[in-house]
Amino acid sequence: MNRTELIQGNEACALAAVAAGCRFFGGYPITPSTGIAEQMVRLLPDAGGVFVQMEDEIASMAAVIGASLAGSKAMTATSGPGFSLMQEHIGYAVMAEVPCVIVNVMRGGPSTGRPTAPSQGDVMQARWGTHGDHPAVVLAPSSVGEVYELTVRAFNLAERFRTPVIVLYDEIIGHTRESVVLPGSVDVVDRIKPDVEPEQFWPKAPAANGVPPMPAFGDGYRFHVTGLTHDQRGFPTEDSALTGALMTRLNNKVDDHVDEIVQVERFMLDDADVAIFAYGIVGRSAREAVQRARTMGIKAGMIRPLTLWPFPDVQVAAVAEQVDAMIVAEMNLGQLIGEVQRASGGRTEIVGHLRADGEPITPSQLLTELTDRNEAAR
Amino acid sequence: MTDVKSYLREWAMPHVLCPGCAHGIVLRSFLVAVDDLQLDQNKVALVAGIGCSSRLVGYADFCTLHGTHGRAPAFATGLKLARPELSVVVVTGDGDGLAIGGNHLIHAARRNIDITVILLNNSIYGMTGGQVAPTTPPGAFASTAPGGNTEASFDACKLLIGAGASFVARVLAATPIEMTKLMADGMSHRGFSFIEVISDCPEYFGRYNKAGGGAAMLTGLTLRDEGVAVPLASKRFVNHVPSSAPPPGITTGVLHREDRPVFVGVRKAVDDES
Ligand code: SF4
Repeated sequence: MNRTELIQGNEACALAAVAAGCRFFGGYPITPSTGIAEQMVRLLPDAGGVFVQMEDEIASMAAVIGASLAGSKAMTATSGPGFSLMQEHIGYAVMAEVPCVIVNVMRGGPSTGRPTAPSQGDVMQARWGTHGDHPAVVLAPSSVGEVYELTVRAFNLAERFRTPVIVLYDEIIGHTRESVVLPGSVDVVDRIKPDVEPEQFWPKAPAANGVPPMPAFGDGYRFHVTGLTHDQRGFPTEDSALTGALMTRLNNKVDDHVDEIVQVERFMLDDADVAIFAYGIVGRSAREAVQRARTMGIKAGMIRPLTLWPFPDVQVAAVAEQVDAMIVAEMNLGQLIGEVQRASGGRTEIVGHLRADGEPITPSQLLTELTDRNEAAR
Repeated sequence: MTDVKSYLREWAMPHVLCPGCAHGIVLRSFLVAVDDLQLDQNKVALVAGIGCSSRLVGYADFCTLHGTHGRAPAFATGLKLARPELSVVVVTGDGDGLAIGGNHLIHAARRNIDITVILLNNSIYGMTGGQVAPTTPPGAFASTAPGGNTEASFDACKLLIGAGASFVARVLAATPIEMTKLMADGMSHRGFSFIEVISDCPEYFGRYNKAGGGAAMLTGLTLRDEGVAVPLASKRFVNHVPSSAPPPGITTGVLHREDRPVFVGVRKAVDDES
């Protein structure tokens, strides 16, 4: 049965994780994400799960990977410097194809930065933070309700594609209380188990969708897991053909399914001649600005990716084709604006509304951006 | 003599170890211990970091996790908490376990999680080509200590006892029967068990310190003064290093054992089966 609750984003994240089947949480205290751990330690025991506070974020991610290999759906949550420390093992999870969810409640950086101030400064780190070529799946909710929905989705995508999935929101969403309708149940995806005998099992032999079936340690399949480049038996190799094949498959299993992974919200775009590109908390200011601009006769709209990575190239290109200008609003000094420019391919004017001073971007600021353009156009 | 072939991935051979490296003896001793304990092969999980010693797990036919440099105890913690019925054994080296991974090792010991850590100590970084390690004896040569090591070194067992490990033992790679027994004792112990194996690295430590090949280094390990082996710093490895103070001896056997609560994570209380 659905129930309505007044909760913070971080609480919604924990509730969603447990609803999605998460049974392991390993984490380390860090503002502003700590509320997630404090909820998980209360929720997991009754759900039959286990919680551990590790010695740092490197260990948290390692424990999450270990738990996932043992068959548990597993999650960690962090912020700023902790996310930097997790990068090593995010890469490991990509390479070894270990499903897991990482929540990064963004705060001001670089370094210790401003722990209690919101930011969208980790967008590129979420894509490229770990070394080497790799796919990334990153989701960006803009409300407490959406934190719930996208956290569930993160687990499902992680299980389906055997890859780490990052949920990226900021301090404001993490700490804001909103009324949320919590569903009685959610659709849950589980990793595919092998259907061959243990003797025939090759741990990295992919199924048709590019994703290898995955047993747990202790299920009766004895196999090797490594962060080294490996063959379909999961064993290290230095063969260039096998290396190339692995790299291609790891990236293609995500790239070939962008239609399934990418979600965007199109708001009042159908007849728009100017669009705001915004995500996360900024999406809410953008929505308000668009609505106010409409009352003033300005044909404004908003495109808001819920999936930041893979980047919604096609959807952004379609908007670029239509509008005279796209205002990219981000709480950083310009991270996704480069992607918008790339996807737009020169088809529209791209304008940045960027700030990294620890303050949110307000509706009035974006409205001014829209009205100024309108004046100039007259 | 126990046939350990059924515990080996022969398809994964040849292995990466150098001729004369004692690490192979350590693997065999471990497999004999698993056989002695009659553990279910499907319920044994080996977790390793990075380095020559860590590569051993790839050749053992269990569930094997070759993780990242130094983090094996943290991977093992997640694995054990999520699936307590697994026998989880970490295989690590002195650089892996005591330098980059020192933090994870001491915290796993402090929690007294029910895993076993086997640390192969050869006093040097082997895989990366002979760099100085936190276990390299003062004065010994390494590629990053061409004038002799100027740092003090860790006593791994003292460190682990201090951190709270409830079973701590040290053994020489030259005494495989004793090694098997201590490994079996460690794995049977309820709580965090730590076994330091004094191994060798003829390829780098041996060459740089004129300690001879694998056979000479191993034979040297068995030299004992009144029950105390003195292999590491003095008699063989770096006996040409001038030193005013006599180097410390190496004590082997079970150095510490206690019974204390085992960490199982924050979870709903379950009936204790033991
Ligand atoms: S480098 Fe040293 S430790 Fe590594 S395999 Fe060779 S002899 Fe053994």
